[in-house]
Amino acid sequence: MKDAAQTLIDTEDEVMLRDAARGFLAEASPVSALRANRDAGRAHDPALWADMAQMGWTGVLVPETAGGADMGHRAAGILAEEMGRVLAASPFLSSAVIAATVLRQAGPAAQGALQTIAAGRATYALALDEGPKFAPAATAMQAERQGNTFRLTGTKAFVADGTTASRVLVLARTSGAAGDPEGLTLFDLDASLAGLDRQALSTIDSRDHARLVFDAVAVTGDDIIGDLDNGLVALRPGLQAGQAALAAELTGLAGGAAAITLGYLKERKQFDRTIGSFQALQHRAAHLWSEIEVTASAIANAGRVLDNAPDDAALAVSLAKARAAQTAKLAVSEAVQMHGGIGMTDAYDIGFFIKRARVGAEWLGDYGYHAAVIGAARGI
Amino acid sequence: MSDATEALAAFRADISAWIKDNCPASLLGRAFNENSIVWGGRKWSFANDDQRIWLERAVKRGLTAPRWPVEFGGGGLSRAQEKIFREEMTAAGAPPPLQSFGLWMLGPALLEFGNDAQKAEHLPKITRGEIRWCQGYSEPGAGSDLANVQTRAEDMGDHWLVSGQKIWTSYADQADWIFALVRTDRDAPKHKGISFMLMDMDTPGITTRPIRLISGKSPFCETFFDNVKVPKEQLVGELNRGWDIAKYLLTHEREMIGGGGQGLLGARSVAQIIAMQEGELLADPVLRAEAMQTEVDTLAFGLTMERYKDQAEAGRGVGNASAMLKYYGTELNKRRYELMMATAGSDGLEWDGAHGGLAPEWLRTKANSIEGGTSEVMLDIIAKRVLEMPGQ
Ligand SMILES: Cc1cc2nc3c(=O)[nH]c(=O)nc-3n(C[C@H](O)[C@H](O)[C@H](O)COP(=O)(O)OP(=O)(O)OC[C@H]3O[C@@H](n4cnc5c(N)ncnc54)[C@H](O)[C@@H]3O)c2cc1C
Repeated sequence: MKDAAQTLIDTEDEVMLRDAARGFLAEASPVSALRANRDAGRAHDPALWADMAQMGWTGVLVPETAGGADMGHRAAGILAEEMGRVLAASPFLSSAVIAATVLRQAGPAAQGALQTIAAGRATYALALDEGPKFAPAATAMQAERQGNTFRLTGTKAFVADGTTASRVLVLARTSGAAGDPEGLTLFDLDASLAGLDRQALSTIDSRDHARLVFDAVAVTGDDIIGDLDNGLVALRPGLQAGQAALAAELTGLAGGAAAITLGYLKERKQFDRTIGSFQALQHRAAHLWSEIEVTASAIANAGRVLDNAPDDAALAVSLAKARAAQTAKLAVSEAVQMHGGIGMTDAYDIGFFIKRARVGAEWLGDYGYHAAVIGAARGI
Repeated sequence: MSDATEALAAFRADISAWIKDNCPASLLGRAFNENSIVWGGRKWSFANDDQRIWLERAVKRGLTAPRWPVEFGGGGLSRAQEKIFREEMTAAGAPPPLQSFGLWMLGPALLEFGNDAQKAEHLPKITRGEIRWCQGYSEPGAGSDLANVQTRAEDMGDHWLVSGQKIWTSYADQADWIFALVRTDRDAPKHKGISFMLMDMDTPGITTRPIRLISGKSPFCETFFDNVKVPKEQLVGELNRGWDIAKYLLTHEREMIGGGGQGLLGARSVAQIIAMQEGELLADPVLRAEAMQTEVDTLAFGLTMERYKDQAEAGRGVGNASAMLKYYGTELNKRRYELMMATAGSDGLEWDGAHGGLAPEWLRTKANSIEGGTSEVMLDIIAKRVLEMPGQ
């Protein structure tokens, strides 16, 4: 028989991880916790993050030598999926997935940074997009060089976890012009540096998003991750890991919205019948379930490919993100419709799912971006 | 490398060499479609001698039914080996040596429900391509409501006497035997009075009449049974428990249709058509966007087939979720063919034009979401059995 880690089904360890995560999150971070965060004007709960560190989730992609659990991308995807089911808010994707993946490629110098991530002491944000769409090569922000000093000037439009992060990974231009995939450099800097203005955005998903305005923020050559002028290469593994984990979160979100909806269909009565006995609604629910099943395969595959053949992951990752964006959109739209009026009320949880699905669909590349990657790879 | 991985690598080298040595060159790399299928059977005539040679060689090695037990003419391969075999067949451009309803449907059912004598009698003839089977399920009054079958089999002591009519029986006029659902108890609730019966099409009283399809061919028939005497031992499984066998077999049929069972779904890819049309699709932004969407869904569906096979291999059955594979796979296939027709433009409008039989293949795909249970019936199964939604 094949080793389960080579298949698309969960290994025994993964089944245990999923069960443990689901159990923990149901207690510690049900959807009502997101509501409480929102009403308190808080993007996420630091106590939840501390618990995640305790359980090794913050170090899911950090090597054991740096205090991590090193469980791999499939495991990170399972955690993200479970977080998505209950809309658990935390810097998991920015810090534990994207930054950890970038930094673990960066050699011994990044060992300390990885330790702080695994311990949950530092959290990271990725400052990348300058316009409304994901487009790394379009980066225009200048990093002006004087000797070993670089001065960063420009605006990052939409930075997840941007106000709460203690450190920021910034992609800036050291040569070439906007649109050129080369000439970009990746910096790792302290979020409290002089000249960096972090403006909180009030986004629909009630999470931490910020506009970061850089005014001649001074960093040095020691802050560069990877090579000068070759920042996209250093960033790519982190982007792919983040895209795969975000896709997993969206798939969990779709599953969570579908489960709530199914529960409602089995309970609500009209015309003296449970509405779930109407075939029109049964077929919509069955179609939605089918879409989620198909997307779940793309998610499992992306995790496996990132673990087993990370240099060849572009297609698998884009497939996961493209499918997940569409599936989450379908799930939340169907969820609201099949709930009727109550689905439109703030007092009912479904609204939180539709809002997060929209943010997740945009972040790190929307459907069109990833479908085009697949088209290009497949001769379309 | 672990021992298991090493053994599989050795298997791959061996089977790939075997394919190279045994598949006649004239068959390699040819378009695979309804016209080039080898169905076998008493009435079968090969399109060329190489097809016969390829079948004989594959039979000798049990590769017409790679996963069936060796004692019945199968190859006894594990799933991992079978997957490698299929990959190497595709890589070599070798066509399946034999396709049949016996391999796809009846065989798995007999392996599960047949007695020793039935297995020994019928399975080897299926693997050798000697007997061609057809499926007698549907009747004029029993389509989606299959349990409503009315064709009767009366117990006459030493034999059954069968009377009634089947419809949409694919290839009934080409087949040697039929596996059929017959009513053996008219007083029982409708699912509980059905039995699963095997009949030789040459038995006096069985006649067929072809029905022409919109895709031009006449592959299916009406099948009539007029006081047909059937030996007692040709009933499979328990009396009046035929519905269980019917359902088991339908699961296999649905996975096969949903997963692009060759010949039924056609083996064309969107990229092939694009290549032939020299970039015309690329110039049309709407078609191009549709092509990307279709590709996204096709890749994800392929992975889903893979994941479900992994699950089955790990001993966790797929069960009612096979309805999803049937539903999703066939709807996707219809989309793919619509897209290919649109890409081909007027080059695709002839019965046999620049793209060969693209038009009839496209027309044939419209049946994919009807045959073996309609899409609506599949959604019903998912809703009721998987999602456990309430009845009326
Ligand atoms: C190419 C082809 C090959 C075939 N080969 C074979 C074969 O070899 N052997 C064999 O036995 N049969 C065969 N069939 C028959 C096939 O299984 C039936 O056509 C199928 O089960 C549908 O039955 P029907 O045609 O009577 O349609 P109907 O059941 O009358 O359906 C008509 C429409 O009503 C819908 N509908 C029916 N019931 C419901 C419901 N409860 N809720 C919602 N919608 C409903 C259906 O989805 C469909 O859209 C073949 C069919 C085709 C097209």
